[in-house]
Amino acid sequence: MDQQHAYRRQLRTYAIGFVSALVLTCAAFATVRFHLAPPQTAIGIVFALGLVQIVVHFRFFLHIDLERSARDDLQLILFSTLITLLMVGGTLVILANLHHRMM
Amino acid sequence: MSADEIKHAGLNLQHADPMTHEKAGAGIFGFWVFLMSDAVLFALLFATYGVMLRGTAGGPVPHEVYEMKSAFIETLILLASSFTFGLASLAMKYEHKQHQLQAWLGVTLLLGLLFIGWEFHDFASMAAKGEVPSRSGYLSAFFALVSTHLLHVTAGCIWAVVMIAKIRTFGLDARVKINVLRLGLFWHFLDIIWVGIFSVVYLQGLA
Repeated sequence: MDQQHAYRRQLRTYAIGFVSALVLTCAAFATVRFHLAPPQTAIGIVFALGLVQIVVHFRFFLHIDLERSARDDLQLILFSTLITLLMVGGTLVILANLHHRMM
Repeated sequence: MSADEIKHAGLNLQHADPMTHEKAGAGIFGFWVFLMSDAVLFALLFATYGVMLRGTAGGPVPHEVYEMKSAFIETLILLASSFTFGLASLAMKYEHKQHQLQAWLGVTLLLGLLFIGWEFHDFASMAAKGEVPSRSGYLSAFFALVSTHLLHVTAGCIWAVVMIAKIRTFGLDARVKINVLRLGLFWHFLDIIWVGIFSVVYLQGLA
């Protein structure tokens, strides 16, 4: 009976994740498809929705949250996120700057 | 009680199978290290794409290349497959009848194959219009990023076939269970990468 309860609870987690991911995806596509905003703003909205969707996937599909996760794993993920941001951000800033100077 | 503890990121077996849960910690942590290094690889491909975006060499530009409809359908397919994999993991954890686990894995596999087929169709119609990797820096970066993801999905599909075969041969022992958990992490991870791809590549190009 207890297992049955736990099963229902986790099934609901996946279902909530699926539905919210679906809504976020449709919102992002609709913003671009129906030109709901000028291009630059639309890109901003899409990126923001994408970030939220990534968090939703982590939370509901990969079951990671800040309070209840195993500590080592959380540190690994946060550290990788930091490295990723540094590398992507650094690459974009440096090469955009270079591009600017070459013009 | 130690079965209460969360031992690793991702779905934990806990009380459903305390013995396997005890063993899962180290193996799954190792797999997370792989996933995160893979994430770094993808991040750099994204950065390359961002830098090359303007390098069209007088050739096709993003909004001529992409089709919103097929990007949307691919997104839905992959999202649905992530959900069906979740159902497979739960069927395994709570030891429902074994054919249920195999059925959900099978559905996930079919959705994965559909995704691969759709993407190949996209690539073929792009190639027919002369949009090939060697056309411009922008297209090289696009194909590098999207094909790497496609390659990962292909690997995931092969792995799913292997897991279905293993479940049929060995039943659900601890090793098989831990491997299904790993495949689940891999599959959900690929969906997260795809969220990046449809936002950064397709929607940014079409906006």
